[in-house]
Amino acid sequence: MENIICACGHSNPYGTKLCEKCGRPLTEEGKETKVVDMRYDGMAIRSKTYNKTFIDKIWNFFSSVKVGITLIIITLVAASIGTILPQEMYVNAPEANKAEYYEKVYGWFGKVYNNLGLSDLYTTVWFQILVGMLAISIIVASLDRGIPLHKSLKNQRVKRHESFMKRQRIIAEGQVQNPDETLDKVEQKMTELKYKVRRDGSALLAERGRFARYGPYINHVGLIIFLAGVMLRLVPGFHVDETIWIREGETRAIPGMDGYFIKNNEFTLETHDNKPQGEQLAQGVNVMAKNYQTDVTLYKQPEGALPGDLDNLEKVKDYSIRVNHPLKENGFALYQMNYRLNELKQMNFNLVNKANEDESLGQIEIDLTNPKKEYDLGNGSSVEILIYTPDFSGFENGEPQTKTSIPNNPAFLFRMKTPETPKGEVSFVEIMKPPLEPLGENKYRMKFAGADTRDSSNFTIRKDSTVPILFVGGIIFMIGVVIGSYWNHRRLWLQVEPDGRVLMAAHVNKNMFSMKKDLDAVTSFAELPQYEDQLEKPEDAEKPKKRGIKKKEGDSTL
Amino acid sequence: MEKKKKRLVIRTIILAVLVLAIGYTVYGTATKDKVELIEVGSKAPDFTLVDLNGEKHKLSDYKGQGVFLNFWGTWCKPCEKEMPAIDRQYKIYKDQGVQTLAVNIAQTDFEVQSFVDRYDLTFPVVIDKTKSVMTAYNVGQLPATLLIDPDGKVVKIITGEMTEEKIASYMELVKPK
Repeated sequence: MENIICACGHSNPYGTKLCEKCGRPLTEEGKETKVVDMRYDGMAIRSKTYNKTFIDKIWNFFSSVKVGITLIIITLVAASIGTILPQEMYVNAPEANKAEYYEKVYGWFGKVYNNLGLSDLYTTVWFQILVGMLAISIIVASLDRGIPLHKSLKNQRVKRHESFMKRQRIIAEGQVQNPDETLDKVEQKMTELKYKVRRDGSALLAERGRFARYGPYINHVGLIIFLAGVMLRLVPGFHVDETIWIREGETRAIPGMDGYFIKNNEFTLETHDNKPQGEQLAQGVNVMAKNYQTDVTLYKQPEGALPGDLDNLEKVKDYSIRVNHPLKENGFALYQMNYRLNELKQMNFNLVNKANEDESLGQIEIDLTNPKKEYDLGNGSSVEILIYTPDFSGFENGEPQTKTSIPNNPAFLFRMKTPETPKGEVSFVEIMKPPLEPLGENKYRMKFAGADTRDSSNFTIRKDSTVPILFVGGIIFMIGVVIGSYWNHRRLWLQVEPDGRVLMAAHVNKNMFSMKKDLDAVTSFAELPQYEDQLEKPEDAEKPKKRGIKKKEGDSTL
Repeated sequence: MEKKKKRLVIRTIILAVLVLAIGYTVYGTATKDKVELIEVGSKAPDFTLVDLNGEKHKLSDYKGQGVFLNFWGTWCKPCEKEMPAIDRQYKIYKDQGVQTLAVNIAQTDFEVQSFVDRYDLTFPVVIDKTKSVMTAYNVGQLPATLLIDPDGKVVKIITGEMTEEKIASYMELVKPK
């Protein structure tokens, strides 16, 4: 791993292809070819320089373009396999039955697909490691190539050795009458063509669009920022995706949004009352929704208040959450996602004598969100609730049981007292069923007299602080792509000896046509000798045009 | 040689950072979907709730005592089964510095009061009307029991029904030394 000493005396790092100072080709291969490889401007790729320790070996592995391309291909293939069947999170089946679902719906293929973990591909460890390795490859390869290239482009010398000049694709050699005038004229013309011109004695370097060489690296930076943004979603606080059901009249703590409470004031579902027509009829849709809206009030606990402390809640704002009109606060957004209509909220009963059911001794209104122990009807009658089960599911050891805390099927054990029955009669009342009378037949009963219902809304609470990062990453990526694709780096070297011998060379990293156009202009203006394209054989010059096939021009140098 | 050393150090650092980032991502994704209560060993989030008698209970007021914190609902069968046992053990351990606090999840006063009356429960029962304590503790399944030591640290989390024997041993665990 020794440095290479060029004939000009400059010491180049191992792996250098063209002398950093004068541009002489340093490899045997380079000396033999007619046109040198200008990739990375002949700088030593860093990984080629040291290859001793374990770390260096890993580094060199990731620095390899071949490895990078292999990783890209594997990732692409894997990612596309993941799109053959829907991913697990989009499958409409309970968590436990997902494996069965794949087999049932997609047969043996679905089973294999699921067993291989392809049904949840993007969160599998191996896929993430693959993407991670790709990220390492991008970073390492860019550092290895970008830094030397940058150094080389920054420290370009105006005067290059003849062997460098002669091995460029475009060369010209000849005589001019007045060397100084020629140099002045070239400078004038190239400046006019928006080139940056530097002169060093009898040598001239005109350069335009150097930044185009940075396109791929800018693009890589964007990609890395994007990946970092995706990674940050896992960091607590950066990404919140929670859901909440809330009934009208309820106040709930908002999950993921510490210290905030939301009250559902009213849910409204509006529909178009048009006659079904066209596609609506074809799809059998009777009613079309016009608006889903929940009027809410957002509250916030005072600074430092503890969970559960509802004193001094501060009202933040009233808002109507509609589809596409989320409630936004402090980086969070609450979206209307779903609704449920007509959950029982209040039940009314009349206390009646079975003999004369039309005559009521009074009505009780039971607020299911806050049932009272006893309802006094005056006139010596009262009703006591002994047991209330919101979601009655049957008896167990004589005790009524409830399945949930939601009033899907409310049932009551009442004790009814009237002046006629001062000791009270006990009756078990369930919706749509005759009352049960466990302690013998009653004279009185509770007659259902209507109910009030309320609706519930379902909100999703989202916060994604990584979106701006993803956005910035994406924009930088695109800028890199555009710079690398639409601009090109053009260079013209010119050396005029005092005796009038002129040596010219030109290089462009892509789009040779643009370079030749500039060359034509400067050649005729400064009366330079006609240039020659070393990669174009004279007899071929006409042919491509006739066949209508354009040869790809330039060497796509990075 | 200096240059080589420097380069090796830089390369090692870059690779280490990248490997750590990937490791974090993989680990984070793997554990993301698991519904977990707060971590054992961390400080129990303080809260304040009102019991059936209108009295406020603040967790941090019980500092110096062990706390047996139970989340429950009247519709939850295992909760119902373990309640009388918890009450018996509460009576034994309350004089030894272990407080029991039962947090009901947003039910009506009527339901909770009838339940308490039916089983003649003597420990304080508070109702989390807005589910805010439930959210703070990330309680998903009932019953859930947290054992908090006299310093306010969570020492154990139990989800599911407990036998009386277990309940006694848990209270013993957080008893002030």
